[in-house]
Amino acid sequence: MNTLALTNNTMTLPTSKDPSAANSKDQAVDIQAIVEELKHATQPVGVPFLDDPKFYTRDVDVFYNQAKQAIFGVDLDIGKNEVIAMIGPSGCGKSTFLRCLNRMNDTIDGCKVTGQLLLDGEDIYAKEQDPVLLRARVGMVFQKPNPFPKSIYDNVAYGPRIHGLTANRSELDDIVEDSLKKAGLFNEVKDRLQAPGTGLSGGQQQRLCIARAIAVSPEVILMDEPTSALDPIATATIEELIDELRQSFTICIVTHSMQQAARISQRTAYFHLGYLVEVNKTNTVFTNPQHRLTENYITGRFG
Amino acid sequence: MNTSIILLLLLVLAAFSYFFGRKRALAVSNGNRGVNKLHSLPGYYGHLVVVWCLLPSLIALMLWSFFSPTFISQNVISSLPTEIQSTDTTNVNLFMNRVESMAKAGVIDETAEPAQQEAARRYIELQHNSNIIKAVLVFALAGLGIFWAFRKIAPNFRARNQVEKVIVGLMILCASIAIVTTLGIVLSVLFESLRFFQAVPITEFLFGTHWSPQTAIRNDQVGGSGSFGAIPLFAGTLLISVIALAIAVPVGLMSAIYLSEYASKRVRAWVKPALEVLAGIPTVVYGFFAALTVAPFIRTLGESIGLTVASESALAAGLVMGVMIIPFMSSLSDDVINAVPQAMRDGSYGMGATRSETIKQVILPAALPGIVGAFLLAASRAIGETMIVVMAAGLSANLTANPLEAVTTVTVQIVTLLTGDQEFDSPKTLAAFALGLTLFVLTLILNILALRIVRKYREQYE
Repeated sequence: MNTLALTNNTMTLPTSKDPSAANSKDQAVDIQAIVEELKHATQPVGVPFLDDPKFYTRDVDVFYNQAKQAIFGVDLDIGKNEVIAMIGPSGCGKSTFLRCLNRMNDTIDGCKVTGQLLLDGEDIYAKEQDPVLLRARVGMVFQKPNPFPKSIYDNVAYGPRIHGLTANRSELDDIVEDSLKKAGLFNEVKDRLQAPGTGLSGGQQQRLCIARAIAVSPEVILMDEPTSALDPIATATIEELIDELRQSFTICIVTHSMQQAARISQRTAYFHLGYLVEVNKTNTVFTNPQHRLTENYITGRFG
Repeated sequence: MNTSIILLLLLVLAAFSYFFGRKRALAVSNGNRGVNKLHSLPGYYGHLVVVWCLLPSLIALMLWSFFSPTFISQNVISSLPTEIQSTDTTNVNLFMNRVESMAKAGVIDETAEPAQQEAARRYIELQHNSNIIKAVLVFALAGLGIFWAFRKIAPNFRARNQVEKVIVGLMILCASIAIVTTLGIVLSVLFESLRFFQAVPITEFLFGTHWSPQTAIRNDQVGGSGSFGAIPLFAGTLLISVIALAIAVPVGLMSAIYLSEYASKRVRAWVKPALEVLAGIPTVVYGFFAALTVAPFIRTLGESIGLTVASESALAAGLVMGVMIIPFMSSLSDDVINAVPQAMRDGSYGMGATRSETIKQVILPAALPGIVGAFLLAASRAIGETMIVVMAAGLSANLTANPLEAVTTVTVQIVTLLTGDQEFDSPKTLAAFALGLTLFVLTLILNILALRIVRKYREQYE
């Protein structure tokens, strides 16, 4: 993929003799001014809004323990059946924003979310909205593979069982097999479905978690750095899987690897210090970033 | 010079030898204090000198203090006039008791027999000599140790490794104290029990259903012939423990789940210490609470609905004991539930599971080993508890499953068998050891079973 080649080149650090690069380097020193600027910006640079989005979010603020604000006025639309990558330095609020989308932040004490978050036009923070039902529609895969200490079969069957999706055992068997196949794990584990899920390798565990998430047929899958604990081969398997899953699900993925974002996503959102700075087609973000913060980040100029 | 002064001086010597050792290490390295010149940090050389100073001398001190009294008294006995030596051992022992008590007091009683006075003088003299030899020996060894360690200090001498070996040895010693104590207890109980089983057949003890340990001590005394069927005692123990656990396990587990999963931080900060206060109440207090408040209450309540309730009942004891062990169950379970990784909860919530589904299907299975551990601890507290039962459940060994009657337990019987004036070779007294042994074996079996269950059903995370 040409974008990958490009990011690889630009990753080789700021010895570029390009005058515009030197120019942006000088400006990068004055973060305070840029933050001021971000505060007053009404919307992110690029193309944050879509027609008929899956998720529609406006002015999202998140506070931890009242005093600490984690994200500031994020406006973003997420389209149907697209893979959107969220990138940015550590602590920039991308994971926090991701966890807003299925109300996982509810489980954190003192976390408060304000603003408008709509899923298919439905307010997900409305009083009558049940987070349990929401999370069945918006599944999640975590950074560290976290299979339950149960058998492989029971791990995948967990969701269908708690939501009462099946009438009998054979239907459940079908769902388990189907989900494992979609996650590309079935052939490896079909002879040992009753073996504990924690006995699998890291990459297999993460695919098991993906199978577990898709077993309840969600509409959206949120992935919080799903490959950061895996080796490159397991990462490649999961990236292929994400590309296939795009046919049936909307996928939001937080990643620290810009190559990964470039490889698998259609759109990319760049977060910085709790602000959503720039959203655009992945190609555009990596070849022609509009905002100088984005440029600094993707060229590796931020330490 | 007595032992405590010797010890004090040794410690002072050790403190000095640390500094000398350290200084010497710095000196032999010729001021080359760099990493490559001296193998270990200078402090290790100091510590090594301390070890050499203390270890041999302390061992010598211990051995000498342990054996010298025996040697001295043997020496004194052999110097006694032959007419005393030729009498039987009881007489010699009585004679020596008097001699030793005079020697300990350091004053010769003028009213004592001349032979005793003579022996006491000899005793005192020997003791004096022994103390001098002890002091000289100990300090000589300490000095030799310091000298030896000093000689060994060289830049490439591996002091750290040796000091660490000594510390490991010390830790092994500490760990073995617990094991040796357990072994000692088991053996002493075992041998006394064997003596009991010579008097009473083991089958009668284990399968007899009548417990009445009163035996006549003298031939002319009127007393029971003694019957040692332990079944009623174990049945009573079982009954009371089951009642107690039936209270403590559900209440404790539920409160643990509430505290760890539902309670806000503020509530938890108040409730958990409050629950743990329960564990700090002395069992005697629980005992009179059971006997004076709960038992009469149960009795009135039972009678008002037409039941006959004994004034001391298994129910009263069991209820109060149950309350007593709630904190064990709740506090330990709370800890293990909190130890289940947050990732498990996130995974479950992320699937759209509710809190109760998460608790039942993910958290409790993962925490099972710890919860069984808490249960076992609670059970062994219930089985071993004595005070509450003595006060609230009575002493009569009824074989019954009715919790409204008075029962007694193994531990209570052990207490009653061993309190007061006893003859230590009658079956009545020895029965206590047999009961103790059986109780020990039963709890051991319980532990092994529980371990098996845990191994089979646990769901291991990571």
